[in-house]
Amino acid sequence: MTVYLLRRTAFLVVSLFLAAVVLFLLLRLLPGDPANALLSVGASPEQVAAARHQIGTDRPLPVQFVSWLGEMSRLDLGTSFVSTLPVGPEIAARLVVTVPLTLLAFLLAVVIAVPVGFVAAYRAGTWYGSVLSALSQLGIAVPVFWVGMLLITVFSLHLGVLPAGGFPQDDWANPGDALTSLTLPVVTIALVMSASLIRYVRSATLDVLGSDYLRTARALGSSFIGAMWRHGLRNAVVPVVSILGIELATTFLGAVVVESVFALPGLGGMLVKGFAQHDYPVIQGILVVSTFAVLLIGFAADLVQRLIDPRLRRSLGGNLSGDGA
Amino acid sequence: MTTRRRVPRSATLIAGCVLAGLVLAVAVLSFFWLPYAPDDTSGDRLMPPGLPHLLGTDKLGRDLLTQLMIGARVALEAGAGSVLIGGLVGLAGGLAAGFATRWLDDTISALLDILIAFPTVLLAMLVTAAREASLGSAVIAIGLAMSAIVARLTRVLVKRVLAQDFITASRTSGTSWPRIILEHVLPNIWPTLSVNLALQFGLAVLAEASLSYLGLGAPPPNASWGRMLQEAQASVFIAPAGVIAPGVLLVVLVVGVNLIADGVRDVADPTRRRTR
Repeated sequence: MTVYLLRRTAFLVVSLFLAAVVLFLLLRLLPGDPANALLSVGASPEQVAAARHQIGTDRPLPVQFVSWLGEMSRLDLGTSFVSTLPVGPEIAARLVVTVPLTLLAFLLAVVIAVPVGFVAAYRAGTWYGSVLSALSQLGIAVPVFWVGMLLITVFSLHLGVLPAGGFPQDDWANPGDALTSLTLPVVTIALVMSASLIRYVRSATLDVLGSDYLRTARALGSSFIGAMWRHGLRNAVVPVVSILGIELATTFLGAVVVESVFALPGLGGMLVKGFAQHDYPVIQGILVVSTFAVLLIGFAADLVQRLIDPRLRRSLGGNLSGDGA
Repeated sequence: MTTRRRVPRSATLIAGCVLAGLVLAVAVLSFFWLPYAPDDTSGDRLMPPGLPHLLGTDKLGRDLLTQLMIGARVALEAGAGSVLIGGLVGLAGGLAAGFATRWLDDTISALLDILIAFPTVLLAMLVTAAREASLGSAVIAIGLAMSAIVARLTRVLVKRVLAQDFITASRTSGTSWPRIILEHVLPNIWPTLSVNLALQFGLAVLAEASLSYLGLGAPPPNASWGRMLQEAQASVFIAPAGVIAPGVLLVVLVVGVNLIADGVRDVADPTRRRTR
């Protein structure tokens, strides 16, 4: 495990570095001189040069990269061109909306998907097993923003029980209000996300139900629940955990669209605005934070998987992508 | 196998073909006949379904049915274009990684993991910022995001085939690597890969709709279902058809394509039939 931990950590560091290189180059490839954003139309060449010198884009790329990396590692994400406020604190303020939204939606999706997926597998072949499978089939084909629009139509416009969008000005000062405005967005994401999770839980459960070890345990006198608890759960959880990692990351990033539907002041809204205003430090800051978050989630998911499954622990030196090829 | 097998009938496959075929038929029809010209704003605004506008009009007085029909074309183009880009780039990358040495393979895998961590929407925003908001930009972004997923799958499949004895046998008898790829590797990985590409087609259609919804897709007058939904959102009370119809069509198309993928997998792999 220690060897694996070291290897996986080294891999994480390499990934973070590569991600930093990719992000840095991508953002430098964007057209339009960032210096222009500081200037009014019709600035003289001298003013442009001065502005470039001020942001440092007149230096060679490798030099820019090293100093950029230094700033990033000090968590200094730069200053917005538009608001002239530091980007880091702004992102932190936005995370107050996006992180709870992601985690609550993720939890709700798991709470829906695990029992439903289990029943869909345990009762495969019966009519309601088929109905559950068909519903999850439908769920993965529905655009998430459309689900949001439909929920707003029903619960906000027709029934008037929940707000159609927005978030309290004072954030979480009044947790009840904050939760109320997050209810529909959370349900929207959770519904769509649970649809794909149900399929994974169902297929993992099917594998367990058809396994020899479960039959053996039953033959040795173990009750069905006992056998599932001791043997089934551990085996079914392994593939599901790796999917959960990916799903959590997807939700965090998919929040961009859902936040737009519900006009939530989260990271997504900030990013869309940043792109509209060509505010490079804002775009860059959000991309850095979210990419790193996604890589860290993957790291955590891999470690959890190892902890659960001793077979993965024994096959040391196996390759890191975990596909056994 | 030279004997002709009866293709097993699959209800899933048939249902998928009917649903996806419906959208395809509408898209093809839109090239020959449209109820109104795409930019005809002669109708009253936000008319309810009826005559002369079968499904009503949008907030600019354009015929909703006309917009929907053009939207079908855009959705299929987005799906096909993305799968073409993602499939070709992904296949090339996956083959390279599958044949590469351990060190190169690890590097490519790490890069793929990062690319996959990079969500389509963010990638699309970058491409849009570098080019302009258009169907082409959206398709490039979706295709690139997809190529990482396809490459990762291809890599695993290629490695599995290369580990088999018949490859060694073929190599020993002097077959060149390009011929091995064409004659052994591609035919063996194709069944799994094509099912995955079909699923990716559905995801690409959804991704394009999301991008259009955010204003990062095809600009007007191209009607994209995603943008139609965004435009109709404000007037859902007066004209609910504008919010319902594009969404329903999106679901019909994506469910159809997914069912085709499932059906093909069931037909191609008899061992899966019993467990599903």
